[in-house]
Amino acid sequence: MDYFLELFLSGLTRGSIYALIALGYTMVYGIIQLINFAHGEVYMIGAFVALVVAGALTIYGFTGVSILLLAALVAAIYAAAYGYTLERIAYRPLRGAPRLSPLISAIGMSIFLQNYVLLAQTPDFLPFPALIPDFDFMEPVAHIMGSAELVILLVTALTMVVLTVLIKYTRIGKAMRATQQDMTMARLVGINVDRVISVTFVIGSVLAAIGGVLVGSYIGQINFAIGFMAGVKAFTAAVLGGIGNIPGAVLGGLVLGLTEAFAAGYISSAYEDVFAFGLLVLILILRPTGILGKAVRQKV
Amino acid sequence: MKNFKHSCGVALWFMFLTLPLLGVRVNTIKSEVEWRWLSILWVGLGAFVLSYFWRWSLQRRQGQPKRPQGGAAEPAAPGLLQRLLEEPGLYRPMLGAILLATVIFPWLVDTYQVNIMILALIFVVLGLGLNITVGLAGLLDLGYIAFFAVGAYAYALLNLHFGLGFWLCLPIGGLLGALFGVLLGFPILRLRGDYLAIVTLGFGSIAKIVLENWDTVFYGAAGIANIDRPGLFGLDLKLTAVTTYTYYLMLLLVAFTIFVTNRLKDSRIGRAWMALREDEIACVAMGVDMARTKLSAYALGAFWAGLVGVIFAARNTYINPNSFTFMESAMVLSIVVLGGMGSIIGVIIAALVLILMPEYLRAFSEYRMLVFGAVMVLMMIFRPQGLIANVRKTYAYRKAAAEQAHG
Repeated sequence: MDYFLELFLSGLTRGSIYALIALGYTMVYGIIQLINFAHGEVYMIGAFVALVVAGALTIYGFTGVSILLLAALVAAIYAAAYGYTLERIAYRPLRGAPRLSPLISAIGMSIFLQNYVLLAQTPDFLPFPALIPDFDFMEPVAHIMGSAELVILLVTALTMVVLTVLIKYTRIGKAMRATQQDMTMARLVGINVDRVISVTFVIGSVLAAIGGVLVGSYIGQINFAIGFMAGVKAFTAAVLGGIGNIPGAVLGGLVLGLTEAFAAGYISSAYEDVFAFGLLVLILILRPTGILGKAVRQKV
Repeated sequence: MKNFKHSCGVALWFMFLTLPLLGVRVNTIKSEVEWRWLSILWVGLGAFVLSYFWRWSLQRRQGQPKRPQGGAAEPAAPGLLQRLLEEPGLYRPMLGAILLATVIFPWLVDTYQVNIMILALIFVVLGLGLNITVGLAGLLDLGYIAFFAVGAYAYALLNLHFGLGFWLCLPIGGLLGALFGVLLGFPILRLRGDYLAIVTLGFGSIAKIVLENWDTVFYGAAGIANIDRPGLFGLDLKLTAVTTYTYYLMLLLVAFTIFVTNRLKDSRIGRAWMALREDEIACVAMGVDMARTKLSAYALGAFWAGLVGVIFAARNTYINPNSFTFMESAMVLSIVVLGGMGSIIGVIIAALVLILMPEYLRAFSEYRMLVFGAVMVLMMIFRPQGLIANVRKTYAYRKAAAEQAHG
């Protein structure tokens, strides 16, 4: 039973990270129907910036939780900047081009960013400072749940609430929903669509950076290639839940995380990724709109 | 002046962006923080120049008539290269010279160079194969290298366990590739565009994970060694001779591939692929069998990958899963994109440039993937039709002639 609970918790933890990254995919896809392939790289860059900031501060003699917060803040700012720049350079000039073009451009961007970090830092795995402090839990919780897991779950939940409020009640959130429904119409009623898209990229990137910082301190090491797999997994999560659908992305992330954790725990950890992709293929074949997605009728 | 101000802003912005990753390197083991201000300055300078050029190019592109939406259709004026290629007086001697150069090539240089050339030719065939799937049929395949792996492993395993020779395995590799193409294509017939891309990416990753972890069959990360080189009627050839022989073999295969893909392009099925690429719904409405068209595109694309996979295994005499990663798929894709989707000669030139350049410019090889990525983005923005555009057959309506015909 303990083993089951442990797997369940680890599934929830990684699922919530997937969900955080998947939100970026789903929001961007919802608005411009583009898989932002480089989104995983923004997550990786967020983790790296946090590593550099936290590492430098530690070396200069600062300690404590405040470092984590500061590193996370800088990482979020930088991820936002990268996300924004990415959209300006690789996607905006391609509005209205055939659908294959922005997709290839996105793949190119992803390769570029990976190799940029590879060359600027190192190809090796770098140790990430363990910044999440240890709490004491009471038995029987103590030996199945670590403080990092709790922090990840709490931060993810909090982020979801903030995002929901942002999208439901603020002006920019309303503009985002309007643009998602009909870009031309949104433009007609005076919404600055370009700005909305930029904001979407920025929000998605901040979420990814939060995910990156959390994963870094949870797993304890990062390298330049972590973004790619995370990105593919998060996209899988977004598709699972129904792409373009925000609660769907969260649900998809959790389902994917749990599937992986149980498959790794009970079947084989070497084939963990195979299960993730298998799930993706199955979902696409059986229910291409995802768990919460609605069928879209295509106009001919 | 406006451009100058803008470029200054861009330079500052990129210096800000690259500051934490390029400008600072933290060594937690030695407790050192290394600041690299100089590289940041270089970034600023580079960004300034590039931004100037970028704006100039974008303005130039906006000056051109906007291309129609929703299709790769662009009856733009053919470029300089294109016109050169269509001039028969120039074209024929040039082709002859190139042919002669390729034929005598192994006699001019050492084995090492020939070996590199074989690799480049392997990528030419890979590019031409993927060109069928992506360039002609418009099905973005990000796991293409898996079929290459199918061919390579098929030969390696058959050779290891049953001692089967190269010539017997060559068609087997190709057919197995095609079979896997159909197997992959079948479940994803309904998907299109982005979903298709991500699923093929998934299949590619699954293939690599299986190769790495199924030790009892594929020998895991250690790979398979001592694979036989291509044989010639049981003659015992020296290494130099066998390399030259492989080179000619590859040349023949390239010629064969060019011939077949060229014929396919103008065949009924080739027309169906292009129709599918332009508009799937309209294409199906016109009575094209979508399942058959898509599956044939996958199978034929994968066939070439399986075929050269066998040669790849025979050339290296050693394979392991590391040769079949997503990066290789991306490389083949960028060859197709750079060359111009659907254009045969463009794909050949792109493959040669992208594979040979890092070999001869050692300093460049470190930045190879960085440049690949950048090139893919830039090509999509400034020249989506590739280096050499595939010239579409167009029907020109001549007003005068039409009036005359109607009296």
